[in-house]
Amino acid sequence: MTARRIFPLMLLGAASAIFLYPFVWLVFASLRPRDLTFSGQLPIPFRPQSYADVWDAAPMLTWLLNSVVVGVAAALAVTVSSAFVAFGFAYFRFPGRGVMFASVLGTMMLPAAVTLVPTYLIWNSVGLTGTQVPLWAGNLFGSAFYIFLLRQFMLGLPRYVFEAARVDGASYLGLFWKIAVPLSRPALIIAFIFELKASWFDLMKPLIYLQDAELFTLPRGLKAVVDQFYQGGDPKWEIVLAASVVTTLPLIVVFFFGQRYFLQGIATTGRR
Amino acid sequence: MRTGETRWAYTFLLPWIIGLVLFQAGPMIASAVLSFTDYDLIGAPEFVGLDNYAALAADPRVARAIENTLLYTVIHVPLACVLALGLALLLNQVTGRAAGVFRTVFYLPSMTPTVAVGVLFLFLLNGQAGLLNEVLGVFGIEGPQWTSDPDWMLPGIVIMSLWNLGASTIVLFAALRNVPRELTEAAMIDGAGSWQRFRHITLPMISAALFFVVIVDTIAALQMFDQVYTMYFGTSQAQQTTGDAALFYVVYLFQQGFQYLHMGYASALAWLLFAVIAVITFIQIKVGDRLVHYE
Repeated sequence: MTARRIFPLMLLGAASAIFLYPFVWLVFASLRPRDLTFSGQLPIPFRPQSYADVWDAAPMLTWLLNSVVVGVAAALAVTVSSAFVAFGFAYFRFPGRGVMFASVLGTMMLPAAVTLVPTYLIWNSVGLTGTQVPLWAGNLFGSAFYIFLLRQFMLGLPRYVFEAARVDGASYLGLFWKIAVPLSRPALIIAFIFELKASWFDLMKPLIYLQDAELFTLPRGLKAVVDQFYQGGDPKWEIVLAASVVTTLPLIVVFFFGQRYFLQGIATTGRR
Repeated sequence: MRTGETRWAYTFLLPWIIGLVLFQAGPMIASAVLSFTDYDLIGAPEFVGLDNYAALAADPRVARAIENTLLYTVIHVPLACVLALGLALLLNQVTGRAAGVFRTVFYLPSMTPTVAVGVLFLFLLNGQAGLLNEVLGVFGIEGPQWTSDPDWMLPGIVIMSLWNLGASTIVLFAALRNVPRELTEAAMIDGAGSWQRFRHITLPMISAALFFVVIVDTIAALQMFDQVYTMYFGTSQAQQTTGDAALFYVVYLFQQGFQYLHMGYASALAWLLFAVIAVITFIQIKVGDRLVHYE
């Protein structure tokens, strides 16, 4: 290998070390006793006790389950509804299509913070604040990013497959459910895992809508753990660190299984 | 047949249309109307004209939040884009397998929930014994109190934000992959140096992707919330005593709307944010039209 080849590899290796080390630090520090949180590199003495303590210190298991339920509901709702709408845009030629599609692109530009207050008032008026419903139910109406992604994908499907099914007497719902959905699987998976991630990250909505700690999702729960244990007279850093690992780990696992889709999704949509 | 098709088309669009009215257009209008009222969720909204906007212009915390947010955006976006471009260029130098592994590694921080990122950097940026100052110490530099010195909190937040370059790097790397090799090779034969090849071939060819990354990153930076809120705001003891050094715009909007229940004032704040983002994006697009090379 020439220097021309080795130099980029060395720089990339150094960059990787910078990106990876915080993870290593987090895991190791969570396995050290509290007075060694900041000192020492390796988890010596090895103390996995924090991972037992954290479940007692906070209802982590409940939060984990809440995150799974809310995340799956949010991802499923947005994937199915966005696919439904995307099929409408991709398959049909109809008056008003341009305007309607412009409205999809337009809302991609609308910052979420702008609609925060009125959206709260809507959920409040139907008595659903204080429940987990506002965390996912807004997704039942599709989301611009995914509608765009799925429409692009469906436009690439061969038209004759649909025409043939029509000749065989399939209904439009049949075209959607039996042809468009199965053939769009890769794009549907991208939509699902990106929304799952977005839901798993979300702090704002749980902060706004949930008071009861039993209903918290992991990020909201982790924030509560930080508020309780990071500072004050008797900080319990090891609890905070272990809770952070518990919050992060499930998503890293999802990432390793769905890596291909994540990378493809970012490269094609720019969604982060 | 045709009208039947149109009816079906709109049937498929129905969820979107309902959502548009209920959760996008409706709230936009409601937010505009509310911004002219005084509303605390308990009584009825009371019309106050432009009072909220007048109060907003005179509110020193609004000024501070805007200052912090813009300063962060102006520092974060160029740094993040240049670093992501650098990583993407490096990735483009190595062959298949290795590039894939590095790309995965670079994306891992983006899979860390933002609240966990905030927690992690509270430790890493700790002034007494945090990792960053330990590393600086190796070079004989005494690092500042990143999480408690008001002058150093914003730089600390920028450092945290630069841990997360994965998505931008992947978009730029994908764009680099699409630059036809013949072009750079032809230029090489014509005697163009590596900087000339980058400046006159690669950069124009990926300018659309770079432009996209800048816009998306700017809009996200202006709405920074999760990490900062996790680190410096909240209930009980975690509330810092460092003034408003880490007060970001959306944090203030959240406080006004959902902690003080000043729904009218928060709506005015939301509209100002919307206007600022719209203006900045518009300027970026205008500038982009001159700089970006579309095929």
